[in-house]
Order: sequence, then C-alpha cells, then structure tokens
Amino acid sequence: MENADLYRENIIEHYKRPRNFEKLEDFSTEAEEHNPLCGDRIKVWIKVEGKKIAKIGWQAQACAICTASASMLSERVKGESLQNAKKADKRLVLSLIGIDPGPARLGCALLPLKAFKLALYKYLAEK
Amino acid sequence: MIDVEKVRQDFPILKRKVNGKKIAYLDNAATTQKPLAVINAIAEYYKSSNANVHRSAHFLSQEATELYENARKKVAKFINADASEIIFVRNTTEALNAVATMACSLAAKEKRGILLSKMEHHSNIVPWQAKAKELGIEIDYAEISLSDWQIDYEDAQEKMGKQPFIFSFIHASNVLGSANDAKRLCKIAKKGGAYSCVDAAQSVPHLKVDVKEIGCDFLAFSGHKICGPMGIGVLYIRKELHECLPPFLFGGNMIKSVTLQKTEFAESTKKFEAGTQNVAGAIGLAAAIDYVQKIGMKNIQRHAQKLADFFAEEIGRISRAEVYGPSRKEIGLVSFNLKKIHAHDVAEFANQEAICIRAGHHCAQPLLQLLGTAASCRASFYLYNTQNEAERLVDAAKKCLARLG
Repeated sequence: MENADLYRENIIEHYKRPRNFEKLEDFSTEAEEHNPLCGDRIKVWIKVEGKKIAKIGWQAQACAICTASASMLSERVKGESLQNAKKADKRLVLSLIGIDPGPARLGCALLPLKAFKLALYKYLAEK
Repeated sequence: MIDVEKVRQDFPILKRKVNGKKIAYLDNAATTQKPLAVINAIAEYYKSSNANVHRSAHFLSQEATELYENARKKVAKFINADASEIIFVRNTTEALNAVATMACSLAAKEKRGILLSKMEHHSNIVPWQAKAKELGIEIDYAEISLSDWQIDYEDAQEKMGKQPFIFSFIHASNVLGSANDAKRLCKIAKKGGAYSCVDAAQSVPHLKVDVKEIGCDFLAFSGHKICGPMGIGVLYIRKELHECLPPFLFGGNMIKSVTLQKTEFAESTKKFEAGTQNVAGAIGLAAAIDYVQKIGMKNIQRHAQKLADFFAEEIGRISRAEVYGPSRKEIGLVSFNLKKIHAHDVAEFANQEAICIRAGHHCAQPLLQLLGTAASCRASFYLYNTQNEAERLVDAAKKCLARLG
C-alpha cells in the first residue's frame, strides 16, 4: 500500500509511448525472459557495432511497470559501450524508474534488465 | 439469506483498515478469512488439550485423540463419507501428490496411461507428469467445451478408449468459475475401468459435495478455502481401496510392528497418516465446518453467486472488459481482463483502494493459454462480501482504465 505513486507521470508516459519498442530484424544477440508469477514476457534484441550497442529493440506483453522499465533501460543503454552496458544493475533500473516498486512488483521492474543482460552475456560468451 | 453485517462481525480481519479504507477481501478462491470460532478453537486446543495423538496413555493424549477423531467424523459427515475414509493431509496439492504416488504404484506394471483435463490447476498436472515420466507412461487431456465451460464429456468418454488407469479432474474451475458434473465424469471413468480422482478444492467451499453421490475413488480439498486454517487438507479414499493401496508416507504411527528387517503397516486409515499430525488444524477445520453449516451452505452458495453475477454484469458494462467463463457464476468467481491492460496493473489499482484480488495465471497456465491470455484478474466472493465491495472493484477498474487506457 506504500506504492500509492507507483503510476507516476514518467511511468505512464513511457508505458503509453514505449521507446525502442520494435523487433530488430538485423541483430547480434537476443534473449527472452518471463515472470512465471504474473505472466510478464519480454524479448530483447541488440545490434552491436564497434563494441557499442548500436541498436536495441524489445517487445513485451507486460504490465505498466515492466513496460516503462524496459523503455527507460533501452533508452539508457543505447549507444553505450559494451563495457559500460555490462554494469547496468538493479540500482540503475530503480533510479531510472524513480519509484520503489515494493516487493510484489520488483520482479516486474527488473524483468527487462534480466533479459537485456542475458542477451548481452550471450553475445560476450560467443566472442 | 445471510445477514452479512452480522457475519462480518465474526471475522476480526475485516475490521482492519488500510490508509483509512476498509479491506475488501475478494481473493477467496486463493484462501478465505477465518472466523473467531475457528481461531478460538485452535487457541483453545493449544491452551488446554495439546498432546500427541494415538500414542500415550495419559489423559491429555486421550483428550487430543478424541478431538482429532471427532474432527475426522465431522469432515466425513460433511462429504457423506465414512470416518475411516478421511485422511488428513496438508492441502489439496499434497492429497493429489499422494493419489499420484499410490495409484501409480498400482498401475506401474500395466503401463496404462493417465487422463486429466485441460482445465486443471497445476497441482493436478505436475504430480502426474512427474510420475508419468518415471514410469514411461502417457498423459492425455480431455478438452473443455467452450459452450458451457465444462470438461467436454464426449471427449472424456472418447479418451477413455486408450484405457488410462485413472481419470483425475477438477470439480470446479479456479479460473473459469464453472463446475463440472463430477458424477458423470466418475461414471465415465468407472465404465472405462479407471479410478476416478476429484480435485474439489474450489467446489467444497460452495457446492454440496457428496462422495457417495459422486461415486469417486479419491477426492481432495483444503481446509483453508472453507474458513479453516492453513496446513490442513483432506484426502478421501474409498474404503474398498484401502487394502490394495500402499502407504505414501512412511514413519511413526502408521505401523503395526517394526523389526530391523521389515515393517507391518497399520490397517486402513492409520496406514496413510505417518508422523505427528496437524491436530490443531483438524480441530480448526471441524470448527470451520460447524461455522459454515450454521450459516448454511446453500445460503453461502447463493450469496457468493449473487455477488459474482452482479460483479460480472457490472464489469461487463465496461466496453474494454472481457469476462471469462459461464454466465452463471456458480462458485462465486469471476475472471476478467481489461483489453490491452495487464492484469497486474488492474490488481494494483484495486490494491490502492484496499481491495484484494488475484492477478496472474492462477496456477493454470495451459487453461489461460486456451483463453488466449497470459494472465487474468480474478475476483472471488464468499459469505462475508458485500455488493458495495463489488462496486468498489468496478470503480477501481474504471480508474485504472482512465489512467492507463
């Protein structure tokens, strides 16, 4: 019940107009994650060029918190070096969304990060 | 008729307010709240009669044993069984696991398969999958008829053609709110030479469940969904099967004699209850049965259905709402979605108004897949709910639409 402002303007804005919400046809790595608790599902595609994240796309069937988190994270890591992108963590996501989602919704907020990192590490492992 | 305001006085938790708002508890299909009569019965047992049952000669043990066995008799009468046919377990899941273990050990040699339905809760799928893998046998699933949201009886009949050794099915759906004709399904199983097992977790709190009338071999339900405590469940096993079934748990209390080489098991009911039992839980369940019977099972069913029917109609007026299942909400349960809005978001808006509903896949992923959604919202009503609570949920849904839609 502390989450009275879970749906703040920035969350709603990203939820209604999610950035990078697209499937990349030309990508270097991809990953899918889902939250068995609520059925959120997200897929992420990354195009790497010159050790940088040149493009990132994602698609999800998810709640507002998860959707906004994916949108903000994708904006943040686009153009970053792989070295920097690797450092993306829970703290970064929470500062991006700017709310405390509480224990029940933390999984929603972090699902995009999980998928993003999985895709990234899959790429790094192959190299 | 239920005097709801009077009933609500019996449930201390309903007096709670969150952020100044009265709790509207509409998640009864997950678990129900407990009346004082149940809470007190448990406390009273621990305060004055606690001892281990069936073991010691002292008066406390005798008293505890009597209370425990009386609870068994009460449960037996409630579903028209014989007391010896009632096995206390933790919950429906444990009961279904036990059936899977016992029945599969009987059928291991014949390599006959298992029949379930596409309506099942995970607890009536996963234990069977584990056993099927172990034994290398097949699982078949009876279809759901989309016209009445019941298991397709013709399809079940047809799938009996493969001669499964057991047909295990859900009595009332925790997602759709529909009830299957358990008697008819058991008849289909029996005619095909299979055992029948009924998951009655959602039906026992609402419908008259009579094991003799249904004609099942096994039936399972949980105490906590009918105002009883958590951690106590019931497995009914038809008497005639007791001798041929092996125990599913081994240890103290279930033996006749033990040597270092071998064990002779106790007879009948005792063979199926190993170790120290949840005596307080059984006593709490007996108190819960007393309580709901005092209110009247038929009254409870009518009340919950009236509220669910009302809610389904009101939420259905929202053009973007999609309501699943049959139009008659027999077990007081409504599953719905607001198109293009995730169930979790609707539940969160409800939560902010101190309304408790469930959002997710309700441990029935295959069924939700059939409905073409990954998640749904579920409002489930019981004896202490009011029309005002249903209206509050409709308002919360509208608020969610206004903000996220």
